Amino acid sequence: MDLFEHQAKEIFAEYGVPVPEGRVAHTPAEARAIAETFAAAGKPRVVVKAQVKTGGRGKAGGVKLADGPDDAEDTARQILGMDIKGHTVHKVLVEEASDIAQEYYLSYLVDRSGRTFLSICSVQGGMEIEEVAHTNPEAVARVVIDPLAGVDAATATEIVTAGGLPAEAIAGAAVLAERLWAVFVGQDATLVEVNPMILTTGGQVRALDGKVTLDDNAAFRQDLAAFADPEAADPLEARAKEKHLNYVKLDGQVGIIGNGAGLVMSTLDVVAYAGEEFGGIRPANFLDIGGGASAEVMANGLEIVLSDPSVRSVLVNVFGGITSCDAVANGIVSAIGMLGARGERVNHPIVVRLDGNNAAEGRRILDAAEIPVVEQVGTMDDAARRAAELASAAATGA
Amino acid sequence: MAIFLTAQSRIIVQGITGSEGRRHGARMLRAGTRVVGGTNPRKAGQTIELAGTEVPVFGTVAEAMAATGADVSVVFVPPAGTKDAVIEAVDARMPLVIVITEGIPVHDTAQFWAYASAQGNTTRIIGPNCPGVASPGKSNAGIIPADITTEGRIGLVSKSGTLTYQMMYELGDIGFSTAVGIGGDPIIGTTHIDCLQAFQDDPETDAIVMIGEIGGDAEERAAAYIERHVSKPVVAYVAGFTAPEGKTMGHAGAIISGSAGTAQAKKEALEKVGVRVGRTPSGTAGLVREAMRGR
Repeated sequence: MDLFEHQAKEIFAEYGVPVPEGRVAHTPAEARAIAETFAAAGKPRVVVKAQVKTGGRGKAGGVKLADGPDDAEDTARQILGMDIKGHTVHKVLVEEASDIAQEYYLSYLVDRSGRTFLSICSVQGGMEIEEVAHTNPEAVARVVIDPLAGVDAATATEIVTAGGLPAEAIAGAAVLAERLWAVFVGQDATLVEVNPMILTTGGQVRALDGKVTLDDNAAFRQDLAAFADPEAADPLEARAKEKHLNYVKLDGQVGIIGNGAGLVMSTLDVVAYAGEEFGGIRPANFLDIGGGASAEVMANGLEIVLSDPSVRSVLVNVFGGITSCDAVANGIVSAIGMLGARGERVNHPIVVRLDGNNAAEGRRILDAAEIPVVEQVGTMDDAARRAAELASAAATGA
Repeated sequence: MAIFLTAQSRIIVQGITGSEGRRHGARMLRAGTRVVGGTNPRKAGQTIELAGTEVPVFGTVAEAMAATGADVSVVFVPPAGTKDAVIEAVDARMPLVIVITEGIPVHDTAQFWAYASAQGNTTRIIGPNCPGVASPGKSNAGIIPADITTEGRIGLVSKSGTLTYQMMYELGDIGFSTAVGIGGDPIIGTTHIDCLQAFQDDPETDAIVMIGEIGGDAEERAAAYIERHVSKPVVAYVAGFTAPEGKTMGHAGAIISGSAGTAQAKKEALEKVGVRVGRTPSGTAGLVREAMRGR
């Protein structure tokens, strides 16, 4: 789960990482009130920063300096409601302006190929680190972190020294590096990135920005719900989450239900290939109902997929591995029955492909149920083609 | 001989008294696998009935190994306890540990992997979040259904469970030496490269099928390895061409971030070194058939 900048900075502050003082505003009036507090404290210059979970805010005009409360209010009015790479700005962070002497880069992240953690540090902060790494690789230090030993004061100093930071910034930056590691471990983060980490004209090192990604797998020991973002979540994704379904909304017309993440990803691809023949029909969602594929899970899955207004047909692609196909077929039959009982009319065609354990019996059960909207196809490729064809026919009213 | 498992492999289940441990312990036994025991510190000294066999429960992995001669452990312990379970098996010098558990925080995986490395990697770790290892006709350690395929001479390595089953089923007439599910998490123990190396060295494997998916650069690194070290034919499949950037697709590691981890980049890297990449699972199975023709 990605956090907003202000959430990242709130966590940083809890761990003693110096950050500029700031507060969140949802309206121009709130932005003005915050700027007034700063002005009263002798800090009339503020920065108004769009809170969106994407990069490139500055270039998009989502980060602006403001001089005093009037300007802060106007600036917030411009930024609130902006669209930045598909993300609507619902809130801004109003912060005291910092006097920047230098900008650096520091992060902790998962190093998949090394099967460990990595710290990246550079004296050239403020821009895309990939770009710096490309144009000036010597300016970017990569330090492998032993997950068991972690980052103590000595390792922290090693990281910021390797990054080429100047002598006057080393001590302050090392403190940040040590405390940001505490954030990384303490919050079960998979990414903690500060870009830029700045040296102020007053000689203080602080985090001017913050990007934190938390590990969803750590929900059993972290309070991830505290960072939930109801405004941004797709309503269907939110409903699916309530039902513990692994659902991702996409932009096509064929609803997809399958078992196992890899098989479902593959199903999306096969539907998209087949859809090319039918004027660009595409998958409408990713939905993995897991190995079990019980009737209730199948019913919940069908309900979510069918309530997507862009869905024109549904493809149920199940490989019976541990679960045998007769159980899956019974699941589909009772799911459609359950939906009927809930008052949900199933009026889109449902193409079903069952393969694997006890597939013949599963197919027989579905045939015997004689559900008008259900059509069985023997192979995954043919089933994808049929589902795309039916979606295309429904879309054109043919 | 297959890889990682033999017909003589003696398997214990860590978490044998939990619902998953019991269910799959029984499945493994029914498939003819030698499940010789399990662990649960609170039920040490008891036995548990699985598929008509009374299986002893031990307090620790070390005790289970001493009593049974076990050389493989399959871990079904829930996520909160998985790290400690793996470290316990490493401390006991268990040769092979297969971590089936799904939903382990990456910090825990990083720590148990670092721990195993610090002990000199005397324990091979497969997973976490993987379906396990199956050598049809010999042994089955994990949750791969035993009866969907037959014994043969194809080696399979995959990040995905159900795609593995699909491939094993489609090629059931030719059969497999070993199928290894390595899991789709950001940090895993045994990699594509480890399995490619083992299959290359295995006299009972003639061709290798590799199933990848979006996220990370494991497939690209595997391609570089194949170019230098693998002379047996390799066929690949990559899932996730239509996955959008920034959306996690089921597996914790299946996410495209920026330009990294796309299916297209993986396919290109593999094709560049002569690996044939199938467009669909069935198409891939067809390419494997061609590779096996005349062998």
